[in-house]
Amino acid sequence: MDFYLGTLIQGLCFSGIALGIYISMKIFNIPDITTDGSYTLGGGFTGVLLLHNQPSYIILPAVIIAGAIAGALTGIIHTKLKINALLAGILVMTALYSVNLTLMGRSNLPLNALPTIFSLVNIVSNYNQNTLFILLFFVIIITLLIGYLLKTDFGIAMRATGNSETMIRALGVNTDRMKITGLAIANALTAVSGYLMTQYQGFADISMGIGIVIIGLGSVIIAEAFINWFKVTSIWISLLLVISGAIIFQFVLAFTLSIGIDATLLKLVTAVFVLLIVSLPRLSFNRSA
Amino acid sequence: MIEINQIHKIFNKGKANQVDAINGIDLKINLGEFLIIVGSNGSGKTTLLNLFAGSVLPTSGTININGNDVTNLPDYKRSQWIARVFQNPVSGTASDLSIIDNFRLAAIRTKSKGLSIGVDDVFKKLVKEKIATLGMGLENKTDQPMGTLSGGQRQALTLLMSIMDSCKVLLLDEPTAALDPRSAEVVMKTADKLIKDFNLTAILITHNLKDAYNYGSRIIQMREGIILKDLNTEEKAELKQNDLFDWFG
Repeated sequence: MDFYLGTLIQGLCFSGIALGIYISMKIFNIPDITTDGSYTLGGGFTGVLLLHNQPSYIILPAVIIAGAIAGALTGIIHTKLKINALLAGILVMTALYSVNLTLMGRSNLPLNALPTIFSLVNIVSNYNQNTLFILLFFVIIITLLIGYLLKTDFGIAMRATGNSETMIRALGVNTDRMKITGLAIANALTAVSGYLMTQYQGFADISMGIGIVIIGLGSVIIAEAFINWFKVTSIWISLLLVISGAIIFQFVLAFTLSIGIDATLLKLVTAVFVLLIVSLPRLSFNRSA
Repeated sequence: MIEINQIHKIFNKGKANQVDAINGIDLKINLGEFLIIVGSNGSGKTTLLNLFAGSVLPTSGTININGNDVTNLPDYKRSQWIARVFQNPVSGTASDLSIIDNFRLAAIRTKSKGLSIGVDDVFKKLVKEKIATLGMGLENKTDQPMGTLSGGQRQALTLLMSIMDSCKVLLLDEPTAALDPRSAEVVMKTADKLIKDFNLTAILITHNLKDAYNYGSRIIQMREGIILKDLNTEEKAELKQNDLFDWFG
């Protein structure tokens, strides 16, 4: 039971990445690799500030700002220097490795018995169940905020930017500024995932972000399959499906481990799984065409 | 009034593939004038329209709209005066967004896109009333994604979107090129009505002989980046449809 509860918790921790990738990839149509770096940045920042006994109301805003700056940098490099978005993300991600290592001072920061967000409030006595409740509250708040944002005039302009750039420029929107803002929001969400995961697992590690973009990507692709299948047009349901995608993704990985596949092959299995969910709809489409 | 003086546009300047698209054009378009631009492919029509819109900036020369020098203003800043209907309906609307969301963006074209929810019941009612005037039965489909509509329906809605916020100049870039004849007729009649009703200054680029003949208060012919002929309302009225055929060559 704890195994599946732990999987659910991990899925909820990764929902920030999933929402971030949903914004960068699905809304802005930008493949953003900054994710790998901004996730570690969020985790590293959390670890360092916790070790310096900083309170949560300082740590969370600091993590959000750090992630947003990382995303905005990718956006600025892409829009102002006219560098391909993929390359811009790779550049910032690479630079963030050194930033994160400098910030953390060493490759691993164990938090030992330091108080975390999950030990602040005790709703139930079981640690994992308590963590689940706090995470659910956290994810609901994030989803409500992002959902509201996407329904506002600014949010509609955001969604239109990735959909029809010529149209939205003709309607008075500075698309460069919009992309920078969008990538800042996306990476702030990713950094929040790093913030949550670091506190859940009890350590920050310099390599915690390697390949993490795949988790976000897989989650969004799973969500997209359901969105297309059920012809979903509601923003709220789309966001719920993205979070569900993050949870389903973790359950598939957990199942893979439970049937005895070596943990060292986990990244390979993850990549193959994402390849499968990306290619299967195309293969079935080609067959019917 | 729109006024352009000695506009030049050179693409890939100094390179082997340099193209002199616009070669020193002077043009004044008065308030309420409906200008038709015709010419063969590569004559510079679309580049000239893009120069008006600001999606292409000139190599030299000046552009004024209502007395404001907009020469170096990008397209999104010129949107405070200009509304545009693109050749491809996909370019002029956001396919994944609902019709109502597309209209919301059009309604705040000259305003800031803030953190309030503008799509409320009052706005929905207003949009439904406007869409009903088209007689296409789309007023009850405002929550549908724009991408589910036909090209003709989208172009007609794009025209309505152009007058959702204050608009001085309407640019029509071959708006019927991708449409079937019946849809094209509906779109052109809608455009003509809106231009007259709202006293808009309008510029239409077209390869359609009938549209060039039937619509507009002035017509110019372009060739190799210059204006070859320029006829005012009276001169245009004396033209025969067959006379125009050579203007497209």
